[in-house]
Parts: sequence; C-alpha cells; structure tokens
Amino acid sequence: MFVLETKELTYIYGAGTPFEKTAVDHVSIGVERGEFLGVIGHTGSGKSTLIQMLNGLLKPASGTVLLNGGDIWAEPKKIRSVRFQVGMVFQYPEHQLFEETVLKDICFGPRNMGLADTEAEQRARRAARFVGLDDELLGKSPFEISGGEKRRAAIAGVIAMDPDVLVLDEPTAGLDPNGRDTLLQQISDYHKKRGSTVILVSHSMEDIARFADRVLVLNEGKAVMLDRTDRVFARGRELSKMGLRVPQITEILLMLREKGYPVHPVLTVEQAVEQLRPLLRKGGVRRGQ
Amino acid sequence: MDYITADHVTFAYGPGEGEEPYEVLHDVSLGIRKGEFVALVGHNGSGKSTLAKHFNAMLLPSGGKVYVDGLDTMDEDLKLEIRRRVGLVLQNPDNQLVASIVEEDVAFGPENLGVDPPEIRRRVDDALRAVEMYDYRLNAPYKLSGGQKQRVAIAGIIAMQPDCIVLDEPTAMLDPRGRQEVLDTVHRLNREKGITIVLITHYMDEAAGADRVVVMDDGKILTEGSPREVFSQVRLLKDHQLDVPQATELVWRLRGEGFDLPECALDAAECVAALEPLFKS
Repeated sequence: MFVLETKELTYIYGAGTPFEKTAVDHVSIGVERGEFLGVIGHTGSGKSTLIQMLNGLLKPASGTVLLNGGDIWAEPKKIRSVRFQVGMVFQYPEHQLFEETVLKDICFGPRNMGLADTEAEQRARRAARFVGLDDELLGKSPFEISGGEKRRAAIAGVIAMDPDVLVLDEPTAGLDPNGRDTLLQQISDYHKKRGSTVILVSHSMEDIARFADRVLVLNEGKAVMLDRTDRVFARGRELSKMGLRVPQITEILLMLREKGYPVHPVLTVEQAVEQLRPLLRKGGVRRGQ
Repeated sequence: MDYITADHVTFAYGPGEGEEPYEVLHDVSLGIRKGEFVALVGHNGSGKSTLAKHFNAMLLPSGGKVYVDGLDTMDEDLKLEIRRRVGLVLQNPDNQLVASIVEEDVAFGPENLGVDPPEIRRRVDDALRAVEMYDYRLNAPYKLSGGQKQRVAIAGIIAMQPDCIVLDEPTAMLDPRGRQEVLDTVHRLNREKGITIVLITHYMDEAAGADRVVVMDDGKILTEGSPREVFSQVRLLKDHQLDVPQATELVWRLRGEGFDLPECALDAAECVAALEPLFKS
C-alpha cells in the first residue's frame, strides 16, 4: 500500500478570475512507504503547490490525497493531525525560528501534538542529533547560531514530530557544497535509520541523483515521469526541453551513447568509471594511428 | 597595468568587546586586467566575498592597499568615483530591487549620479536591451522570475556605465533556466561591451567558462590560473574539499588508472572527445 497517494489531484489559482491558472493538473501518483522520492521541475511546474496539498495546507480544487489509504479531507476538522504525519520543511525554514532557545524551538512541533514536555524534549534532542546539532547549541538563542545551524534546527523541529513522511522543499538552497553534502547525508541517514518516507524537492540534479530512489518530474502542472532515478535521467533530452538539466556526468554518457558507444547513462562519476573501464583500451595507440 | 590591484591585503572583522579581531583575509595580492572575466571560487568563509567587496570600496583593507583604475580605495573622496566604475550584484535579487516598475528601478543608479533625464532614458533602454529585459520595462519587478529579477539588477548596474561588475553568487538562488540566463548575460556583456567581470560562484562549471579562476581557501589564494591550469590540479582541490566539474573528475580518474587521456577536460564535449579514441572497436 502507498503511504501517500494522489488521485486526479488538481489545484487552480485565482479560479473564476481572469488570472485563473491551473497549477497542478490531474496528478495521480503513489509514494511508496520508506522510499526516498525526488521531485524535480522547472519553476512554475507546480512542485510547491503539489507538496502543499500533500499535508492539507492547500485544499485541492478536485481530486483526492490518500494518506495511509484514507482521504485527508474526509473530516476537515482532523486536517491538523495530517500535518503531524506529513512533516513539511519549507524553503529557508530558518526564517521561521522564533523561540528563546534552539531546544524550545525544536520542541514546538511535538508539544503542539500534545506530547508531555519530557517526551517532547526527548524527541527534540534525538532530532537534533540526526541533523548534527551539538548539545551545547540547544541552550542558545536561535539568533546566535550560524545560518547552516539555523537551517538544521528548523529541520530538526519537523523531524521531532516523527512524521511518516518528511517533505523537504529545496533544503540546501543557498548552502555551499560542503554544507549541502553534509545536510543531505544527514537526511539520508535519518531516512535509513527511521525507515521513514522522504520527499525531496530540489533544483539540484546532482543531489537528486545521489539520494533519490525514484524521481517525479513535473512539467506545467502535470506529472510527466515517475520512475527509477537512472531511468528518468536516461531521458535527459526530454528533461532539457522542460528546462531541466541532467548532471554533467549523465550528459557525458548520453553523448557517448548517441555516438553509438555501448554505454548507459549513470548518475555518479564512480559509476561512470566502473562502466567505462572495461570498454576503453589502455596503451598509447589511438584509433587511426 | 591591472585595472584592479589588491596589494598585500589583510582584512579583519571586529573586534567586538573583549575580543580579538578576526582576520578573514591574510596578505592577499591579486591583479585583474581590464576586460578580463575572472571567477572567484572557494568555500563559505574562504574570504572570496570579503575580497570582492574590496573591489568597490564596500570594505576597506585593514592592511595593504586596493587600487581601482589607479584610485586608492582608502581615499574617502574617491569612493563615489570607484563605485561608479565597479558595480556590485548580490545573491538575492529581492534585496536589490527598489522601485515598483522595472525601468524606474534601472534608472535609480544614474539618477543618483545626477545624469540628465534624456541621457537616463537612453541608458535605461540600452541597459534593459543588453540584458534582454526591454520588453518587461513597464512590469512590476515582483512579478518577474528570479533570473529576470537578477537581470534587472544587472541592468541597474549597467545603466551606471561601469568598467567592471562584481557578482557575488548571482545564481545561487536561481533555478537552472534562470542560472543560464544570468550567465549568458554576463558573458555577453564581457564579450560585447568589454566589461570586466568578477564572478563569485560555488559552481565549478560556471568557473570553467571564465578567462581565469582564482581559488580562495582560508583567507588566502590557494591557486589561480586559466580554468585548465586550475582544474588540472584535481588532487590539490580535493585535498581542500573543493569540487571540480564532473567531466574533469572523470578524465582525471581514468587517467589515474593508466588510460591515455589529457590532463584536463573542462566540459562534457571535451570529455567525450577525449574518451572517444580509446573505445575498443
């Protein structure tokens, strides 16, 4: 059974006005329990609108969202509990920190769920460890810590609710390559240890290539691909037409394949080396010499 | 002669009360020639932004000197002259646009310089054409995409007719299409108008398209040279946890295994051209 499923999900901005725009257009997808799903699409493709419907922040114009098989809008009064089960980390989540201490901020979610203070704190400390925040930082004001640490604190606040599904919208935007790698590695470790489902929205094809099991491609509000990551990137030329770019290493193998060499597109430099090694000739003699 | 010269520059923040000053640039010397396209790369905290902010007197050296077109940035009377010559574009386009209509935003700079209105009109139109945003001149900036906003910010700088534009991670917050728009624009301004470009970036494939790459690490210049010279030093860059383009890394690793490959491939096309002759028939 899918942990999350959408059926003919549609969202329209400005319905009934001259500016009416269908942002999400009859999207039917299934998210498997425990998978790491990447979501890619050009700006305006409907990514953010779609994920905001997954936890009921936006109500669809038509279609349904099923969480563990149940329609999340079946009882609108219970929509709040859906938000605990599908945890959402927005872009630049560090802008939303507000408490006196980092620990209190991370506790905010679990306390809202009605957990006792001790239980909330336990969860907060565990979440902080997942994202690599030192214990000593937890007593500080969120305004005293670095930008990267703030981002981690904000993500910990969502993880602390122990959601079935963790949705992250561009969690690495604005971080440098080191910060990006570390944060994604931590999210990946969390995913593996907790066995929870992770949905990662990202512009970075390299990040998606490294971590996602499957990829959903959105274009003009429609779900145009949903498949294993390598199979999606093998369709690099179609992605380019949608304003998306495959990782450079995938591009290299696509170019070789188009020239007739027996290679298939891969996602990392390591995979490319493994694949090319037996196909290439050692020694100084080049073709035509 | 160099257009911008950093001569043994040190820079320290602070000190706060009871603290030691925090030195982020240690004795950096660098020359940038007129018309050159220089990419400045390095980790967060490597000092690359701090160095670049010295190029238009946003920051002044704690030790050493910075000269722009021969003008000493320490001379308070020359500050306006220096800023007229070197414009700065920042990471977040939303923080740089001030007016409610695109063309008014672009006019803001030349107005402040006291340029005559007919001349402002001409400069604004030219600048918007140069970044291919002329058709949007009467739009509201907030309705534009990130890449479009960033191009309007660049037009605002061009309207001041600078010799040099310093761009501090102008593509960090943009999607792939916006990134490409901004890069194409910057390269065109360099090529067609001869504007000197200093591009600060995390993206090594962006740096690979520059005339020269300067790698900053821990407040010092780790290495510099043509992209080919710099990216041939894969070991050095990796030792400092810096990336190289994937094309460069693939060729480097296969070469390390004994395959007959050049020292460096800068992009996918070069990499493919290098690999092709080695395929067994």
